[in-house]
Amino acid sequence: MVWTEKEYHSIPGTYVFDGKRSASAYALNKLLYSLNEEENRAEYHADPAKYADKYGLPDEHKNALINGEFLKVLHLGANIYYMAKLAVPAGLSVQDVGAAFHGKTTEEFLQHLLDQSGFQTEIKDLKGYWNG
Amino acid sequence: MAKLIGGITTSHIPSIGNAMANKQEQDPYWKRFFDGYEPVKEWLAEKKPDIVIVVYNDHGLNFFLDKAPTFALGCAKTYENADEGWGLPVESHFEGNEEFSWHLAHSLVEQEFDLTTCQEMLVDHGCVVPMDLMYRHLDECPVQVIPLAVNTVIQPLPSANRCLALGKALGKAIASYPEDKKVVVVGTGGLSHQLQGERAGIIDVDYDLACMENIITNPEWLASQSHSEIIEKAGTEGVEVIMWLVMRGALDKTVKTIHKHYHAPVSNTGAGVLILENP
Repeated sequence: MVWTEKEYHSIPGTYVFDGKRSASAYALNKLLYSLNEEENRAEYHADPAKYADKYGLPDEHKNALINGEFLKVLHLGANIYYMAKLAVPAGLSVQDVGAAFHGKTTEEFLQHLLDQSGFQTEIKDLKGYWNG
Repeated sequence: MAKLIGGITTSHIPSIGNAMANKQEQDPYWKRFFDGYEPVKEWLAEKKPDIVIVVYNDHGLNFFLDKAPTFALGCAKTYENADEGWGLPVESHFEGNEEFSWHLAHSLVEQEFDLTTCQEMLVDHGCVVPMDLMYRHLDECPVQVIPLAVNTVIQPLPSANRCLALGKALGKAIASYPEDKKVVVVGTGGLSHQLQGERAGIIDVDYDLACMENIITNPEWLASQSHSEIIEKAGTEGVEVIMWLVMRGALDKTVKTIHKHYHAPVSNTGAGVLILENP
């Protein structure tokens, strides 16, 4: 049995969520999905290891999760939308998580977003894109 | 007969919902973004649609990975919002239109789009944020809402071309509804953003603007791109832009551009607004 290679597997620093990733981390994502509910979030934060055991996470997944190693959790197969259900209620923004993926501070990541967008210089020259 | 009067494109990211909940519309960071929606509100007030079809992706509220439909159509009387773990306030329900939904379902399946029908469907920020951007300033939402969820979460996703084709079938389905109803289709999501991995933080203004221009005049440009091509430019979550093609496919080949607006960065994304009107 083999997982077929996909074109998107070759994009660097990118983990396109697919059946292969989902199959390898189903319990992890199911735990993250359960955090939609406030009482589950409270139960998780009261004892993360116990909660991970309840969902049957393998040790590697459990340890990365409870140690807050976001990049590793992603590498192991977590879906980013589900990871947000852990991060955002814990007081982190998507910029904080993005910074963690880069190993940067949030301020550096915010500057990276500004630099990437090129907004300040480009948008002024755009005709037809209404400038409020 | 029902008439599709136009289409709107918009971002649907949660941080917009939080900015609205915290009344930050006039803050320097947000003002230019929200100013881009004033013409949308004016157009909707003038045209007074009866039904809004919101094309969006569920981010893990109604659907988990145990069941991940490619296309899922709301066929419920009402649609509830719920806590989705993003810190957003839970909103009151939206009114649906069962007869219209089931007409769409029959027509789309006859046209060989074998979608999933949902008689209970929680709507997450992907649907709620666009509705708020269009209608939050009113005391009551004046339209019925039909959620149409597209899987942009777990590969295999529908191709960009398939989304355009779904839109074309949706346009026919709307036009064949026997009651006089004015309908608007909203394509949500995008534009460029990647939330995950060492490549997080992609914003590509040139690609975003090319998407917006081509959506208007040449949607086949986007429809012909593979997911890998789109993700390479627009990022993993930027692939949501395929949902704009559902909106565009539903409209006539030639449309009138009422409004176009672009702003970046909005949180981690580029954000584009279009109002396209059917002749």
